[in-house]
Amino acid sequence: MIRRFAVFLLLLGLGAIFADLLLGYTPSEELNLTARYYAEHTAQDLGAANIVTAIVVTYRGLDTLGEVTVLFLTATIIGMVLARGRKHRALQRQLPAAGELLTTGSRLLVPLILLLGVYVFVNGHLTPGGGFQGGAIVASAALLLLLTDPLKRFSHRLIAVMESVSGLFFIGLGVLGLVYAGGFLDSRVLPNGAFGTLFSAGVMPIIYSFIGLKVGAEFTSMLTHLAETEQS
Amino acid sequence: MNTVLLSIGVLLAVAMIGVAWLTIRATRIATAMLAAGLVSLFASVLFLFLAAPDVAMTEAAIGSGLTTFLFFFVLGRVRGGQS
Repeated sequence: MIRRFAVFLLLLGLGAIFADLLLGYTPSEELNLTARYYAEHTAQDLGAANIVTAIVVTYRGLDTLGEVTVLFLTATIIGMVLARGRKHRALQRQLPAAGELLTTGSRLLVPLILLLGVYVFVNGHLTPGGGFQGGAIVASAALLLLLTDPLKRFSHRLIAVMESVSGLFFIGLGVLGLVYAGGFLDSRVLPNGAFGTLFSAGVMPIIYSFIGLKVGAEFTSMLTHLAETEQS
Repeated sequence: MNTVLLSIGVLLAVAMIGVAWLTIRATRIATAMLAAGLVSLFASVLFLFLAAPDVAMTEAAIGSGLTTFLFFFVLGRVRGGQS
């Protein structure tokens, strides 16, 4: 009874806070100081058509490095926790074969999903999306393969090498920015190029592609660790 | 924001609350998982209408795609372990 009352009070408090926010909300007619700076300077300074990507990769590149590090740590810890007790291979049971529909469907869809993922992170500076979204799409292709055949194994060495090399290139390009441009992770190492084309915005598309590969490899390594816990 | 956009936004928000209610009330676990994925899907459409396509893409790829698949994957694992 007291617990229910406490829950009710909590809900009431949260409702009051949100109602206050909603009633006090007035849509702002113009951009604030920071937003206006980004909106006015991104196109001519960095040459990126997608301002969000310019902020994520260049203006706030250090934050992105932190996010990628957090994701890397998560993947590592999941690998460490799930790797325990994998030695005994007693539970090698027979699984029923995947249906014809799932097998054929995944054979058709996996290349298309991979292509979409690569498209999303290569065009991150032009269209919505980028490394994190593209990486997640690439990993969902791997998940579809695992759903079709739960005993399928991906090469751990390949995933680890892809992940580390992408991380190294990400940092390396950042350091190049320190040497040849305005600072760490500055995208103006290469010329900005024609606005709105694939090879524009300096090293921004290259950095975001490496982030995409890294994120995809990390998600895939989590999925494969999860798939291997029981059977092998 | 004009009236059409506002009404679509309110409709999506109501649908999200309804599906979220279904998630916690569903008796079958598969229904609850699908409903949870549907909450993310509605959220991503809402983000799209609020002019945030980048966020919408992340929500659709991770929230409704990867997470729902992962839930089903683990569910299959748990059931396989019981038999």
